[in-house]
Amino acid sequence: MHEKSIAELSKALNNKDISSHELTLAYLDRIEAHRDLNAFVTVDRARALKQAQAADARLKSGQSGMLTGIPIAQKDIFCTDGLPTTCGSRMLANFVAPYDATVIQKFNTAGCVLLGKTNMDEFAMGSSNETSFFGPVHNPWDRRCVPGGSSGGSAAAVAARLAPAATGTDTGGSIRQPAALTGITGLKPSYGRVSRYGMVAFASSLDQGGPMARSAEDAALLLNVMAGFDPRDSTSVDRPVPDYTRTLDESIVGLRIGLPREYFGEGLGTEVGRMIEAALDQYRKLGAKVVEVSLPNSRLAIPCYYVLAPAEASSNLARYDGVRYGYRAPEYADLWEMYAKTRAQGFGAEVKRRIMIGTYALSAGYYDAYYLKAQKLRRLISGDFDRAFERCDVIMGPTSPTTAFEFGSKTDDPVAMYLSDIYTISVNLAGLPGMSIPAGFDGSRRPIGLQIIGRYFDEARLLNVAHKYQQVTDWHLRVPEGF
Amino acid sequence: MEWETVIGLEVHVQLLTKSKLFSGSSTRFGAEPNTQACAVDIALPGVLPVMNKEAARMAVKFGLAVGATINRRSVFARKNYFYPDLPKGYQISQYELPVVQLGKLVIDVDGERKEIGITRAHLEEDAGKSLHEEFEGLTGIDLNRAGTPLLEIVSEPDMRSAREAVAYLKKLHVLVRYLGICDGNMQEGSFRCDANVSVRPRGQHAFGTRAELKNINSFRFVEKAIEYEIARQIDLIEGGGKVVQETRLYDSVRNETRSMRSKEEAHDYRYFPDPDLLPLQLEAGFIEETAKSLPELPDAKRERFVREYGLTAYDAEVLTGAHEIADYYEAAVRAVPGQSKLTANWIIGDLSGYLNRDNLEVTAAPVTADMLAGLVRRIADNTISGKIAKEIFEAMWGGEGDADAVIEKKGLRQITDGSAIERVIEDIMAQNPKQLEQYRCGQEKLFGFFVGQVMKATQGKANPAQVNELLRKKLSGTPA
Repeated sequence: MHEKSIAELSKALNNKDISSHELTLAYLDRIEAHRDLNAFVTVDRARALKQAQAADARLKSGQSGMLTGIPIAQKDIFCTDGLPTTCGSRMLANFVAPYDATVIQKFNTAGCVLLGKTNMDEFAMGSSNETSFFGPVHNPWDRRCVPGGSSGGSAAAVAARLAPAATGTDTGGSIRQPAALTGITGLKPSYGRVSRYGMVAFASSLDQGGPMARSAEDAALLLNVMAGFDPRDSTSVDRPVPDYTRTLDESIVGLRIGLPREYFGEGLGTEVGRMIEAALDQYRKLGAKVVEVSLPNSRLAIPCYYVLAPAEASSNLARYDGVRYGYRAPEYADLWEMYAKTRAQGFGAEVKRRIMIGTYALSAGYYDAYYLKAQKLRRLISGDFDRAFERCDVIMGPTSPTTAFEFGSKTDDPVAMYLSDIYTISVNLAGLPGMSIPAGFDGSRRPIGLQIIGRYFDEARLLNVAHKYQQVTDWHLRVPEGF
Repeated sequence: MEWETVIGLEVHVQLLTKSKLFSGSSTRFGAEPNTQACAVDIALPGVLPVMNKEAARMAVKFGLAVGATINRRSVFARKNYFYPDLPKGYQISQYELPVVQLGKLVIDVDGERKEIGITRAHLEEDAGKSLHEEFEGLTGIDLNRAGTPLLEIVSEPDMRSAREAVAYLKKLHVLVRYLGICDGNMQEGSFRCDANVSVRPRGQHAFGTRAELKNINSFRFVEKAIEYEIARQIDLIEGGGKVVQETRLYDSVRNETRSMRSKEEAHDYRYFPDPDLLPLQLEAGFIEETAKSLPELPDAKRERFVREYGLTAYDAEVLTGAHEIADYYEAAVRAVPGQSKLTANWIIGDLSGYLNRDNLEVTAAPVTADMLAGLVRRIADNTISGKIAKEIFEAMWGGEGDADAVIEKKGLRQITDGSAIERVIEDIMAQNPKQLEQYRCGQEKLFGFFVGQVMKATQGKANPAQVNELLRKKLSGTPA
């Protein structure tokens, strides 16, 4: 059962071949059996099963949709009414939100079952899941390796078939990089496509929620639920949501694929590069044309991002002050000591590092040199994509320069860790949609991801392009040994 | 040395929107602590602000009323600092691009007109309140006020005395109430003022170092705090000291200002554009529509009152001091045309006195504009004297009906029948032969005695002018 796609599960549920209760129970048992992966922070069996029963009632009454009764894992960054929402932090380890994020509401309305909340890098800051207060998530393909981050719990859960699909969020690559490192399909929608309301903020101008699934088809089904304007999020865009499954099978003959030459230079692992070339050959066979494009400012993406994202984060995380909710230091002499101790104890090292970088970048006297300059770079990077898309319909390249790396190998060198997102970050800076799909393995059987970047609001095309590839390849169907 | 004072004011005007600037919570004052604070106001993880359009309309109204530039595009920024009553750890405000820029307000001080520049007015959210008194060794936090919309109005340093500052502030106070964007309640903090005060030798062009005075929340305190601060700064400089740039708190009990924090301790607010909010874009149509909805403004109304009703500048000023009073006046005058001066006197005199005594707003006065007009009508047509009118006004205030009903019920109709008054006079003369003789021997001040006796005998109802005239004739012995 855990080998079935969402479309197949949906059919089985609607045909009453299986109940949502049975399906949910099966997944809960798999989660339990693979607890050592540490993919989940919170699993509430009783609540999940109750939701499943409600879904079964809906299925019976005929008032069901495509996703009714499908269990979904939610990244622990989406607020869920009555369940802990920890964001991978000690600061929120005991925080129970009194409301549902818009994304959660939408899944509830669709009749999905909330299977559990997945582990993640603390406040989504990290590329390896090693910054989580709840310990790292293991990569199901190689337990000595990281699953990527920050949506590492969701990625591992989907890769290990502990959930049919999951949600993630992506600020600089946090959906695509772990999707690549765990061999699954992940989509970061255009900025403004999915409501950020109830999604704990890291860097507001870059954060975007999206689906993490086995295939483009499943991702399309999830995006159908997640996308849409939300009056509670002023940055969400009021624009119709197409049925993303409808265009999956459209022909890609004549599709112009842009290859940014900057994505194939120094730093790219040879095996990764080879598999990306192989994937491009596959696309040529499908009738696509490959053209070279240039994103000359992409080398500036990481410095630009590591000013803007920490700047916004330093302000977004100011609310965790021990006054109203969340962690408060047990002992303090006065207000300022309460703040200092609460934040020193409540946040991990990476979060503190970024708060300090951001605070510095926004300080009087430095603002122009850092924040304003980074904003200018952001416009340049965005302009690069505009020019590139004059010559192509989608851009392709590696999602991450390497495959999954071993625990501890980059924790002492933040910059090496940051480079893990070198190909994904500029997509967030430009607000564009980006996807990662499985495109093979390296010699150690660690997955490799192909990144597909689209024009603003061109998610349907990305899914179509990914789906066509998945129709002729089976990388996305491979399951790690033991799962 | 002769010193010149330089003052600029920052006024926080609480906008009269029903809900908060970025959430749907109510802005009502005085609710139980933390009952008007939703997820957005208490800054739960994941919540986002959504701009209240009504607040933008009010800011535009103000901008238009002071002839300012309305920025079609303005930007919300975050002002970052930690404080327990600031839930997000930042205040959403406007920094580089405010919604309103470069306006002016004309004030009158001792008959001199002066233009005070308005640098800018920007939208921002209020913080909550820290309650220190009720909790021993602890601080209570009430977030009902958190997120309430404010318009911060910043003047140019154009004022040169505490009196000018008060005149500007009063003018602003009247204006925002006219516009219906603020209730002006200073006790409840709906209209708050900070003052930047410095002194410089007269003739010097450069500004002196300024101190920012906080917590001056009445017109009287503004004047006293500034006066105190001017004296303090001059003393300091003349004693060889230097003014330091700092924030000072006014203590109204001791009437002094005290240092709160120096420039060195000042926060670095790390302003940057709020990524959760799009820039505020105002359509031309929205601005035009708002312009059409502007009421007649205080200056225009005052000038019209002088022109249309023949009032003195002073009376017009008083009557237009609040639009509710002006509306009352005009409603009364419409009901009794031609009596604009008499009506004005009654409003400025008795009506205002009673309102003050009972601490009522004019809109809640038991004597309505129509009732006052009814009273004025009876004075004008000689049915009653001015003195009796006061008695009738009191009765109307006490709920005894309109003027005609009171006159009827109490039999207060004025005696204008000459022969009836003559009869009374004759009786009085007969009863007071001694006084009559003295009067006729030249003690003319006894005239008042006879007037009093006649009025007493008629319970004040005799027409005073007729009484005077007839008494003079009778007392002097000339045949009537």
